[in-house]
Amino acid sequence: MALIKEKRLLRAPDVFYFRIEAPLISKKARPGQFVIVRLHDKGERIPLSLADIDADGGTISLIVMAVGKTTAEFTAMQPGQDVLDLCGPLGNPTEIEKAGKVVLVGGGFGTAPLYPIAKAFKNAGSEVVTVMGARSKDLLIYEKEMLSVCDRVLVATDDGSKGIKGLVTNALKAELEQAPADLVIAIGPVVMMRAVAETTRPLGTKTVVSLNPIMVDGTGMCGGCRVTVGGETRFACTDGPEFDGHLVDWDVLMNRQRKYIPEQKHSFEQWKTKHAGVVCE
Amino acid sequence: METPKPQKISPKKTPIPEQPPQERRRNFGEVALGYSEEQAAQEAGRCLQCKKPLCVTGCPVGVPIPRFISAVRQKDFKRAIETIKEANLLPAVCGRVCPQENQCEKFCTLAKKFDPVAIGRLERFVADWDRSQGSVQVPETAASTGKRVAIVGSGPSGLTCAYDLAKLGHNVTIYEALHEAGGVLVYGIPEFRLPKAIVAREIELLKRMGVTIVTNAVIGKLITIEEIRQQFDACYIATGAGLPRFMNIPGENLNGVYSANEFLTRINLMRAYQFPEYDTPVKQGSHIVVVGGGNVAMDSARTALRLGAEEVSLVYRRSLAELPARKEEVHHALEEGINMELCSNPVRILGGDNGHVTAVECVRMDLCELDDSGRKKPKPIEGSEFQVKADVVIIAVGTGANPLIAQSERNLTVTKHKYIVADEETGKTSLRGVYAGGDIVTGSATVISAMGAGRKAAAAIHEFVLHDSQLPAKSADEPPARKK
Ligand SMILES: Cc1cc2nc3c(=O)[nH]c(=O)nc-3n(C[C@H](O)[C@H](O)[C@H](O)COP(=O)(O)OP(=O)(O)OC[C@H]3O[C@@H](n4cnc5c(N)ncnc54)[C@H](O)[C@@H]3O)c2cc1C
Ligand SMILES: Cc1cc2nc3c(=O)[nH]c(=O)nc-3n(C[C@H](O)[C@H](O)[C@H](O)COP(=O)(O)OP(=O)(O)OC[C@H]3O[C@@H](n4cnc5c(N)ncnc54)[C@H](O)[C@@H]3O)c2cc1C
Ligand code: SF4
Ligand code: SF4
Ligand code: FES
Repeated sequence: MALIKEKRLLRAPDVFYFRIEAPLISKKARPGQFVIVRLHDKGERIPLSLADIDADGGTISLIVMAVGKTTAEFTAMQPGQDVLDLCGPLGNPTEIEKAGKVVLVGGGFGTAPLYPIAKAFKNAGSEVVTVMGARSKDLLIYEKEMLSVCDRVLVATDDGSKGIKGLVTNALKAELEQAPADLVIAIGPVVMMRAVAETTRPLGTKTVVSLNPIMVDGTGMCGGCRVTVGGETRFACTDGPEFDGHLVDWDVLMNRQRKYIPEQKHSFEQWKTKHAGVVCE
Repeated sequence: METPKPQKISPKKTPIPEQPPQERRRNFGEVALGYSEEQAAQEAGRCLQCKKPLCVTGCPVGVPIPRFISAVRQKDFKRAIETIKEANLLPAVCGRVCPQENQCEKFCTLAKKFDPVAIGRLERFVADWDRSQGSVQVPETAASTGKRVAIVGSGPSGLTCAYDLAKLGHNVTIYEALHEAGGVLVYGIPEFRLPKAIVAREIELLKRMGVTIVTNAVIGKLITIEEIRQQFDACYIATGAGLPRFMNIPGENLNGVYSANEFLTRINLMRAYQFPEYDTPVKQGSHIVVVGGGNVAMDSARTALRLGAEEVSLVYRRSLAELPARKEEVHHALEEGINMELCSNPVRILGGDNGHVTAVECVRMDLCELDDSGRKKPKPIEGSEFQVKADVVIIAVGTGANPLIAQSERNLTVTKHKYIVADEETGKTSLRGVYAGGDIVTGSATVISAMGAGRKAAAAIHEFVLHDSQLPAKSADEPPARKK
């Protein structure tokens, strides 16, 4: 059981910040890792990235975007309630080293897990630039947090309501053309990570992506999270979640993520009819 | 022994009542219903009470078989259960899942001419009788020794080790990675072979004996072995061999292709068969292909059938006689209508435009039958390719060692394939005070051998913590134990 200590609406209507009591996990967790939660005894196990780690306070933070039944149920929970199962830290931490210039690219909730990574690179003495994107400025999350730990934050919006008008990859390309980076890390929707990898490929910039296939156990036991990287089958939960973006077989990943769409819709629709009034996309 | 010799021995085992195949193939209820007291006593009457009971030599934990059978014959079931429990803590499990035909029953004297005594069924009967007697008696535990032992993994090996150590008065904590304790007994072996209530009861018993069970604790990630060594007097690693293998053939990443572990975990641990009441989904195919021939393959095939599949085919590269699964399960699978594509091997998995599997292409194998010289390597017959229609494919071609612990503890000696190197008699590893056993040492084996290893390790740990455990200092690590 893990107590929810704090909850904030991060982006209306469906993205929430949670701070959760996890004394042991917070001591061990490193940027780039994730946890698996199960909300109740009929619940599914879902992976969520660490958006912040506070070892002294004994808490971890998660950003949850309601996209289906379990995430919607989570975002309906309140401080004082308990998450039944919280398992972690899982996956390998981001390799943090003084890397000259690091460019972090975030999309969707992906900017949140980049926050502890940005902090760590900054502490290691790197120059850290973040490029974040969304459809419009109201959909950006974690901009303030990123500003507090990065040298620069570049914003790209589809509608031009903030920063440059266009995709994150446009902003990234411009940034890299100005001054090359030693490392690019992208976290976000698969289409975005794929586009980032294609942008950096011709430049030969080392590009790390954090893959998010569907998972069950998160410990290397089921193989459901398998991805193809460099022609080999790897398990995202134990070999990743971070991989070399230039070696990932994106088609395989995108196909596998679609696996349960009919079942997920069915379960979510049922939940929504029982919980009318809860807002999600 | 005072039991009189039977006049005439029935050549056949006393049949065990079972759910009829046509019914059970669509439900998750147990297949075998168990002996009545009369049937048990009758079967016990077939035992010759041998002076040199060879059956016992076939049992990895040495259950005093003739003694407990004699008690069954006299309908003294209380004595029977006490006798079994001298050697085996989980008879309700072993009676159901031990491959008896390779163990105790293989060596039974009767087996030379007739069916062997149905030792497994009798063991199961006695354990079920015990469970029907109402509340569990919490075994007496010795006075506290003040020693603390950590156990990693809550499968049969870890549970057994915990039981023995708790009984000896040690303070035991079990760490389990998943949210539920039991290992393969809860996430792998399905309800129709091993009701989950049996395992739950054993775990409840351990808790009442004072054992602490910490779930959601992935050792190597949340806590390292090194930290355990600092906080405990000793440690037993029993993490199983849960890493699924794939075949590396084209199409293996199509949707609808599962490892047996994933398929069974979704259904047994996450209860996907009750979706959407439970949140975890599983693809319910109409044409299922299972690749492999062991217990895991058989369990996957029969589970898929119970989810409502029209046709389930098992693809195995050798012949029927060589299927490594328990004989009884093969028999049950055939009765339930599982289609066996024997002497066949998959070469690729085909998919449709939607990225979902549509068929498995297989090739027939030559030399797939065993010859006198041992196992010949089956060879594909050129041009014999054929396709089996499939919307779900389950790969059950074996598992390996999970590398998490080995990765986080470099001083622990492991084999090339990441199995932990441990002494066969004591479970001792290269790290002082750290023991290991079960599938993580032997590779996938059996429930009873994993339990046996847990028991041997418990005895060794008991000696160690009482006699030479000043907290294990790194400098005191011993040279790596050699596997015999
Ligand atoms: C390593 C990792 C880290 C993650 N971190 C976060 C995070 O920090 N915050 C967050 O909100 N989500 C995160 N996710 C995604 C999150 O786990 C899924 O959104 C969640 O499992 C969906 O469950 P559901 O029941 O709400 O929706 P479902 O009904 O299961 O799915 C709804 C929709 O989401 C898609 N989906 C399902 N699972 C995934 C997945 N694993 N990745 C991407 N899309 C998926 C489905 O295709 C479907 O369209 C992460 C996933 C991984 C693997
Ligand atoms: C589907 C299936 C059917 C089978 N049928 C039979 C049968 O009929 N008869 C038979 O005798 N045998 C059978 N077996 C084999 C038998 O179940 C195993 O040999 C036995 O369970 C091994 O026991 P164990 O305690 O070593 O490991 P497991 O039962 O595998 O338990 C290991 C436990 O450790 C946990 N763990 C792993 N890593 C960590 C970590 N880092 N930190 C914390 N916990 C961890 C796992 O989650 C798991 O719960 C079957 C196996 C399967 C998969
Ligand atoms: S534990 Fe298994 S091998 Fe031993 S007697 Fe019982 S059924 Fe036979
Ligand atoms: S070998 Fe067979 S007949 Fe002899 S004691 Fe054992 S079970 Fe009975
Ligand atoms: S989630 Fe099961 S192996 Fe990765």
